Amino acid sequence: MTAQAPQLRSVRARRTFWENTKRTLASAPISAWFGMIVILIYVLAAIFAPWLAPHGEAEVVGKAYQPAGEQFFLGTDQIGRDLFSRLIYGARNTIGIAFLTTLLSFAIGGTLGVLTALKRGWLDQAISRVVDAFLAIPVLIFALMLLAVAGKSILNLILILALLDSTRVFRLARATALNVVVMDYVEAAKLRGEKMGWIIFKEVLPNILPPLITEFGLRFCFVFLTIAALSFLGVGIQPPTADWGSMVAESKTLITFPVRTFPWIPAPFYPAMAIALLTVAINFVVDWFLHKTSGLRDEK
Amino acid sequence: MHPVLKTVLQRLGLGLLTLFVVSVMIFASLEMLPGGFAEAILGQGATPETVAAFNHQLGLDRPAALRYFEWIGNVLHGDFGYSYAGAGGSIKKSVSAIIAPRLYNTFFLAIMTAIFAVPLALFLGIMAALHRNSLFDRAVNAATLTTIATPEFFIAYLLMFFFAIQLKWFPSLSTVSEGTSLLEHIYRAALPSITLTLVIVAHMMRMTRAALINLLASPYMEMARLKGVSQRDAIIHHALPNAWAPIATVIAFNLAYLVVGVVVVEVVFVYPGIGQLMVDSVSSRNMPVVQACALIFAATYILLNLSADIVSIVTNPRLLHPK
Repeated sequence: MTAQAPQLRSVRARRTFWENTKRTLASAPISAWFGMIVILIYVLAAIFAPWLAPHGEAEVVGKAYQPAGEQFFLGTDQIGRDLFSRLIYGARNTIGIAFLTTLLSFAIGGTLGVLTALKRGWLDQAISRVVDAFLAIPVLIFALMLLAVAGKSILNLILILALLDSTRVFRLARATALNVVVMDYVEAAKLRGEKMGWIIFKEVLPNILPPLITEFGLRFCFVFLTIAALSFLGVGIQPPTADWGSMVAESKTLITFPVRTFPWIPAPFYPAMAIALLTVAINFVVDWFLHKTSGLRDEK
Repeated sequence: MHPVLKTVLQRLGLGLLTLFVVSVMIFASLEMLPGGFAEAILGQGATPETVAAFNHQLGLDRPAALRYFEWIGNVLHGDFGYSYAGAGGSIKKSVSAIIAPRLYNTFFLAIMTAIFAVPLALFLGIMAALHRNSLFDRAVNAATLTTIATPEFFIAYLLMFFFAIQLKWFPSLSTVSEGTSLLEHIYRAALPSITLTLVIVAHMMRMTRAALINLLASPYMEMARLKGVSQRDAIIHHALPNAWAPIATVIAFNLAYLVVGVVVVEVVFVYPGIGQLMVDSVSSRNMPVVQACALIFAATYILLNLSADIVSIVTNPRLLHPK
């Protein structure tokens, strides 16, 4: 009997993380590929800005409003700074600040959301009601008001937007965490006597990660667009820091002049297109990720 | 009491409570600064005497709770206090006088946009939902996703570039004054209105489509089809009664979204509305005007969402015929 033990085929080795990633990427649609490539280019431009840009961020290198040509790839702005260089530095500033803000907002909103889902009670009630009130006012309006009170500066901008945005993150984190905290393994961890930090970061967080990652992409887009809008309105990132939103505002008068040289596009459109391209790219990737992780289909 | 009435009253109460909390938050934002608003304006080097004089002039030296009730009481009578601009001088300008004509302009723009955008979005959304996965559906979907992801000012400048500067159909700046006639006003507000239409149609159309597809997939729609009801009757008698609530929510949600879009678009086209006023006042830290604008925007936003809630309660057949 024992001699005839069934011949087990050798178990195929578990796919490694990289193999999994490769398989997933291979199945990505064109739109997602387009999105990922665009995002990669932006990130590279942001990281290597000082090496890529031919001139300095706030360096005056020529006369004002010089047209695009051999000397200045996209021409110069209203005080003679190289537009192309400022566009590249803008990637670093605009994306960097938006990324930092979103990270901060997730750190606050995510942690509080999971914590209140675990603890419930009066703290949960108190925070949830405050968040409800925050949700009743559009972010842009609230941000404008708080910027008026606190004054315009990059630090204030980051703190205010992170605070306002964290209320949106809190809602999602709390709602998804509520489904996880009732699971047996969380109960087991509590009985084991694990500390709160362990339960939040090792038990609950890994299980609500996919929706949070998708949300991160969307929140980043939202924060990025809000910062661009505020800077465009002149109350966000302040000159001489190169930033796409304020660059649109600075060069807006150029829209009325005919463009006679190569790219044929009026100057305010470069930074505006840079913003639009990135948000479209992120949306494509998020769209694909959403379908992948949740199996979400809007058709039955 | 009828259950519908009860739920509606509950909603109204909740809405009023939210409004109250929001007004407290808007009022309190001024108090939260470490060192106070006076120090933020006058700088660290201000002597205690100047700070005290500044606070006294603006009435900031009295208890906050007292000032809140005074403020909110006056607001309910349409009085938002006096603008800081020129507060030290002889002419005190009341905030209400500054806001009133601009509020009219903004509502004019918003209503004009809504009249175009709502039917268009509903039509596109319903068509896309009925002809799901067709070429039309895909094209509209791709176009709207792109519109949603682009900043409003980009769309605004694109329109301005093509329709005002290249084709010269519309003026590039939407300057209106009190003497502007109605037709002239519509003509001048056309470009900002088209910009806003493009932005909210995208949102509204996608939400309408999603809500309808959800509905069309429900078992009773399948049942209606199986028992041989025509497509038209199935939609009018089976789908529509259940579609009012989601459609009302979609409309209200997007009209509320207008509140935000209007700020940027007014600045681009230099349209003298309340959004532009708010941005200018933020730059000069003219707090009474900023607070008044924020309160008006927030109240509009809350009231629109509240009315969507109420429509969805009233049109819910399950609530109308309680067991």
